[in-house]
Amino acid sequence: MSLEIGSNLTIALILSTVIGVGAMLIWVERRLLGLWQERLGPNRVGPLGIFQVVADMIKIFTKEDWVPPFADKFSFVLAPAIIMVAILLSFAVVPFAPNIGIVDSNIGILFVLAMASLGAYSVMLGGLSSDNKYALLGSLRAAAQMVSYEVFMGISLLGVVALAGTFNLREIVAAQQEGLWFVIPQFVGFVIFLIAGVAESHRLPFDIPEAEQEICAGYHTEYSGMKFGMFFVGEYLGLVLISSLITVLFFGGWAGPGFLPPIFWFAGKAGLFIAFFILMRAALPRPRYDQLMSYGWLFLLPLSLVNLLVTAALILSSQ
Amino acid sequence: MFKLVKDTLTSQVVTLWTVFRHMFTKADTVEYPDTKPYMFPRWRGRIILSRDPDGEERCVACNLCAVACPVDCIALQKDEMEDGRWYPEFFRINFSRCIMCGFCEEACPTHAIQLTPDFEMAEYKRQDMVWEKEDLLIDGPGKYHDYNFYRVAGMSIKDKDKGEALNEDKPVDVRSLMP
Repeated sequence: MSLEIGSNLTIALILSTVIGVGAMLIWVERRLLGLWQERLGPNRVGPLGIFQVVADMIKIFTKEDWVPPFADKFSFVLAPAIIMVAILLSFAVVPFAPNIGIVDSNIGILFVLAMASLGAYSVMLGGLSSDNKYALLGSLRAAAQMVSYEVFMGISLLGVVALAGTFNLREIVAAQQEGLWFVIPQFVGFVIFLIAGVAESHRLPFDIPEAEQEICAGYHTEYSGMKFGMFFVGEYLGLVLISSLITVLFFGGWAGPGFLPPIFWFAGKAGLFIAFFILMRAALPRPRYDQLMSYGWLFLLPLSLVNLLVTAALILSSQ
Repeated sequence: MFKLVKDTLTSQVVTLWTVFRHMFTKADTVEYPDTKPYMFPRWRGRIILSRDPDGEERCVACNLCAVACPVDCIALQKDEMEDGRWYPEFFRINFSRCIMCGFCEEACPTHAIQLTPDFEMAEYKRQDMVWEKEDLLIDGPGKYHDYNFYRVAGMSIKDKDKGEALNEDKPVDVRSLMP
């Protein structure tokens, strides 16, 4: 057993770290939100309140795990599992460091996009099977949001793919070590992917399917206990995933000065983006979902297409 | 369209920057049980019954506080001492009803009932929130150090007849024709 791609040790480490980080984000997010809103956030349980996570875990595990009698039981139970499985599977292709990763796949980007689409089913199924009008509205919005962001999410990445000449995430990182980080030649693509990433992980300002202030809690209105916990942690895992992907695709992955091991650079960059996502939650108001859709279809989709065409034309002319 | 998009983006970036700058300002939170907030002297909190400078109860059981109370949380019974002073036989405040409005303090003619800055009165049992006279009475004069009702009022008690109070003239004999 050693720390190499695909070994049992690596898989166990990645799984536990990713879930651990996802759980810790409950506390990190509340503290950061407090920092930006001139509050303190949870600081009573343990040093700096870090054991708040443990307290929350105990709470969520011991709550009544209730399935409403009017819900469609099979899909109601299935829905939270889908989002966890889909997002955890996406981590399989993420290259954390030269020797840390699970699969070195040639279709890395496609795999991640496919899993993101599957994750959207979880939200739709959860809302639909709850048989609750708020949940139904939430899943309706999730579906509307999904069809509008996933198109330009994929297209915005094609510029990176064209520059690197591969779908393999490790080779994309390697291509950035030779030249510039892709955030510079693909700045437009980066911004579009960032916006799509917010929508993909259902984070504010695009948490339209949940929208506490408008439709209760949206698709997870009827969920409680660990099923709700899986939606909750799944959302944070999606946040970690999107931050990792931005790091890999646009910010050179594990690349950095040699005095720290590569995994630290990866974690640092991803952490910065997680903090940025939380800052967006602290700062930005939520648009209406027709605004998100028209913004996506009428502005971001054409922009990403133009970006792809310009990138392709530049690559062609430089050959 | 372009202007709309540009304005939207600038506004979002400016908002993000403004919120980010709050990282370097101090949190407004007061961590209450650890740091007590400053309570102003006129804060309307726990109700007390004060004594006059001689150490006697100020309350004369006039019932004005009980009448003024909008939630009827004050109950008392008048009794009379041998020297002619009135006092409450019992005086009961139900703090589970009290809304700390301070009307009783305003109604009190003798400055007996007063509100204090103390607000930490939580109890586990509801019955413990009913305070009797011995719980309410304090040893001092409260906010009014020199006020002594029986020394300024025209009421006659054992060692002070009518006309002997502070700044009080002798009673006029209405049947006399003399000026």
